[in-house]
Amino acid sequence: MSNKQTLVVIGNGMVGQHFLSSLAGSAAMADYRVVTFCEEPRPAYDRVHLSEYFAGKTAADLSLVEAGFFAEHGIEIHLGDKAVAIDRAAKQVTSAKGLTIAYDKLVLATGSYPFVPPVPGHERPQCLVYRTIEDLEAIQAAAAQSTVGAVVGGGLLGLEAAKALKDLGLETHVVEFAPRLMAVQLDEGGGAMLKHKIEALGVNVHLNKNTTLIDDGMQCRHKMNFADGQVLETDIVLFSAGIRPRDEIARQSGLEVGPRGGIVIDNQCRTSDPDIYAIGECALWNGQIFGLVAPGYTMARTVVAGLSGEAASFTGADMSTKLKLMGVDVASIGDAHARTPGALVYTYQNGSAEIYKRLVVSQDQKHLLGAVLVGDAAGYGTLLQYCLNGIELPENPDSLILPQRSDQSVGLGPDALPASAQICSCHDVSKGQVCGAIEAGCLTLGDLKAQTKAATGCGGCSALLKSVLDCELSKMGVAVSTDLCEHFAYTRQDLYNLVMVGQIKTFDELLDKHGKGLGCDVCKQAVGSILASYWNDYILEKPHIGLQDTNDTFLANMQKDGTYSVVPRIAGGEITPDMLIVLGQVGKKYNLYTKITGGQRVDFFGARLEQLPAIWKELTDAGFESGHAYGKSLRTVKSCVGSTWCRYGVDDSVGLAIELENRYKGLRAPHKIKFAVSGCTRECAEAQGKDIGVIATENGWNLYVCGNGGMKPRHADLFATNLDKETLIKYIDRVLIFYVRTAARLQRTSVWMENMEGGLEYLKSVVIDDKLGIGADLEQQMQHVIDTYQCEWKTTLQDEQRLKRFRHFVNSDQADDNVVFVEERGQIRPANDFERKHFKLVEEAA
Amino acid sequence: MSSWIDVCSVDDLQPDSGICALVGGRQVAIFFLPRRQAVYALGNFDPFSRANVLSRGMIGDIGGEPMVASPMYKQHFHLHTGVCFEDPSVATPAYRVRIDRGRVAVQLPE
Ligand code: SRM
Ligand SMILES: Cc1cc2nc3c(=O)[nH]c(=O)nc-3n(C[C@H](O)[C@H](O)[C@H](O)COP(=O)(O)OP(=O)(O)OC[C@H]3O[C@@H](n4cnc5c(N)ncnc54)[C@H](O)[C@@H]3O)c2cc1C
Ligand code: SF4
Ligand code: FES
Repeated sequence: MSNKQTLVVIGNGMVGQHFLSSLAGSAAMADYRVVTFCEEPRPAYDRVHLSEYFAGKTAADLSLVEAGFFAEHGIEIHLGDKAVAIDRAAKQVTSAKGLTIAYDKLVLATGSYPFVPPVPGHERPQCLVYRTIEDLEAIQAAAAQSTVGAVVGGGLLGLEAAKALKDLGLETHVVEFAPRLMAVQLDEGGGAMLKHKIEALGVNVHLNKNTTLIDDGMQCRHKMNFADGQVLETDIVLFSAGIRPRDEIARQSGLEVGPRGGIVIDNQCRTSDPDIYAIGECALWNGQIFGLVAPGYTMARTVVAGLSGEAASFTGADMSTKLKLMGVDVASIGDAHARTPGALVYTYQNGSAEIYKRLVVSQDQKHLLGAVLVGDAAGYGTLLQYCLNGIELPENPDSLILPQRSDQSVGLGPDALPASAQICSCHDVSKGQVCGAIEAGCLTLGDLKAQTKAATGCGGCSALLKSVLDCELSKMGVAVSTDLCEHFAYTRQDLYNLVMVGQIKTFDELLDKHGKGLGCDVCKQAVGSILASYWNDYILEKPHIGLQDTNDTFLANMQKDGTYSVVPRIAGGEITPDMLIVLGQVGKKYNLYTKITGGQRVDFFGARLEQLPAIWKELTDAGFESGHAYGKSLRTVKSCVGSTWCRYGVDDSVGLAIELENRYKGLRAPHKIKFAVSGCTRECAEAQGKDIGVIATENGWNLYVCGNGGMKPRHADLFATNLDKETLIKYIDRVLIFYVRTAARLQRTSVWMENMEGGLEYLKSVVIDDKLGIGADLEQQMQHVIDTYQCEWKTTLQDEQRLKRFRHFVNSDQADDNVVFVEERGQIRPANDFERKHFKLVEEAA
Repeated sequence: MSSWIDVCSVDDLQPDSGICALVGGRQVAIFFLPRRQAVYALGNFDPFSRANVLSRGMIGDIGGEPMVASPMYKQHFHLHTGVCFEDPSVATPAYRVRIDRGRVAVQLPE
């Protein structure tokens, strides 16, 4: 113990934490007692995905530290305590709270701070920055009292901040000093295309604007005055004008810093004091600050290797980036500005599709030096590999950016990459390491990520990782199958298209044309659901009946003892006392266990197969309809009481819930669908946990999509705000049918969204912007389902032939003597094994 | 060999699905596969859930072998032998069944 040296780490941000976790996994850990100072009130979190905080992620979701990490590795962490001084002679660090810790080795990972230009007025209230969770909380609070927001700075972070303001419902402006957006990464053409696209999304972009003064506004809190005499009124000013390294503590202790800031380090990340290292955004290497997380991680690993006695060096980093800004794909690779002598440039611009691409190649046209992609960054992975690995370009390099009109493929398959090619830059994982892990048995993406850490940082490399995995698996002879089952070599989505295109009406027809064998429970149910959602025939029609599992066959849910449950629809959860009495009478008459469900309706349990028609006859006669509790279909539209009664309600949530439930009842889907409507932001209907959630606002309805409770809860995404009812319904129609057409089998909307290429923004572009031009078609399909709705129980009760199936025995009226009930809390329940054995229970007659 | 017991009419069978018959005090699930023009009979008792429900399962094939999937926890049973595909140590009884002049008959073991 006592011969351990002390290692102090100042700063527990992204890089500081990466250092600690790399250290914890290394041999050097045994040699050190580790102490870390963390100025923020919580340990490291994912700053890269900080904006997701506004989409509902919590501080805990963003945390980068596994529970128990510090205790497990005996690391002392001082939260909310800032290191204020280093005494290099005495080799000790002092903190704001008064701690003094002696160190043998010291690591500075203090990151950077947002640069706020010294414009007079910059210190006014609601002039904010965008770096920490506390900053976001302040922005959220300010937004609640504002209508206009302006971001100073049109770089990468500024645009991300602008998106956040936009999502918070503010009129949003971006004010940029330079003549174009993202001046560091983009050339003029790329910047112009980006500006065009962002303006189309409703963000105002002001270029060449030098802010000289911020003072009182007339309509808004502030007025920004520009050097050209123009002004802009805004309630919030968000500075995002670059970062500055936090080198104050280094400066004060006499370590060498750069002329424009940054703690000077060598290739081993040592500062001018060999016992002190600096890593991450506070470090200056070769005159450069790296404002990205991947280089910081590499520095962290370099120091860990050094402490373990291994030779390692940091030799710079690739600053290529790919990101989605307000749904616009933007990527920049290498020498985007063609500064290399002799460089040649190819550009491709498509005005109607709003795509801009630029390729920078070497004089001999053999190597890729850089690229800019705006509007379509699909080629990023391939181009980056050409650039980083010096792979020789094809004869016509422009084929790499020209649209593919024939079926020639210009992508660089994963097979063409050398083993040394870096797949994941965040965690520095090479193709060789990935292949090694696959050989060692990681055959799924999940295993591979857990083993190599690839694709667990910014996530930018996950598509590439998957293609390497698929390629290696197919080389090993492992079939990478997306087939639905052995009877159909298609995905559910393929089958949906085959049904639509071929206008196929039955399973047998589909099996004859596109499948083999007899089918099974997997494909039959999937196809049954496809046919039902497309044609909306009565599901107990002869050709369909064998496609249903028992729940759909008998229009009731099977329980553990083979009896069924009965769930009538109670749209929106609204019910008259008389209807409640009917339910009470039916429950009593058939001696059914009766329970209020979590979906605001009543469930009866313990109905025998042969009792179902009689029970449902009474219910339908009284005006109840099937609640489809058995189907992969619309379940409930939960509501809160809303403006009719509630003193806070701003709109009639019950009325809308009933209307929506009646509109979509009967819609069959890949999985069940749940809705909820809340009358105000207090959200008593829990709409943000539903597939479709609607919340009333003063200005209309806010629509949320793809939430989920259940096994893996998912917070729904805000899809559109302040909608009138007509638009709301149009969007819901489109989202649902698009889900019905494209989801995998048994995939809830939440998982569908998680797996969707392009995610929420893509769904928005399909539904709101009608990018695929199928909007009207989707609505029409929904209208067909609505027009052909029937209460399946009502139809069934009218058909004597069909009712014959509702008996336990085909040749006897006896009941199943294996069904035995006992009484508990005044109601029936299935007898357990013990009760069955020890008491000769006789079933109750009904 | 015991005799054939008349159960029901062919019209009572459900194409691509099952029914349950009471045969000599036993619950027998009878399945009808029109594509193969075949009928199969197994015990109706699902050994996993211990409920009498196999006749309400979905039928089809696994690797060409005809099967029924239990509607409760979805294990698959071979329609000829009653052996469970997932766990061959578990089986439900299989019975002989035939169609003769429009009637379905089952033969119980001695
Ligand atoms: C009756 C009820 C529990 C209750 O007594 O309250 C219930 C009962 C069942 N749920 Fe549920 N769920 C019930 C509300 C819920 C809710 C709450 C809600 O809807 O607000 C959830 C979480 C919300 C959600 O779905 O996002 C819920 C999440 C599940 C899940 C997990 C789904 C998931 O995506 O993770 C399953 C399993 C599945 O569907 O695969 C499930 C499956 C089931 C099944 C169907 C299990 C089965 O196959 O036997 C249960 C049979 C119901 C029956 O026989 O009638 N139930 N279930 C509730 C019926 C509500 C209704 O009126 O229709
Ligand atoms: C909104 C946003 C989006 C981003 N998106 C991307 C992206 O897409 N890709 C990408 O690569 N990068 C992105 N970045 C940049 C990335 O977050 C940084 O590169 C990374 O966080 C740097 O890590 P770091 O540890 O050096 O600094 P930080 O994460 O800032 O951590 C430094 C920590 O040290 C603490 N500290 C400072 N001084 C002291 C002291 N004296 N005592 C105690 N503690 C101290 C600070 O409070 C802070 O918690 C983004 C950043 C932001 C803000
Ligand atoms: S939580 Fe589980 S036990 Fe309870 S009703 Fe839902 S599925 Fe059944
Ligand atoms: S490159 Fe960021 S996770 Fe792999």
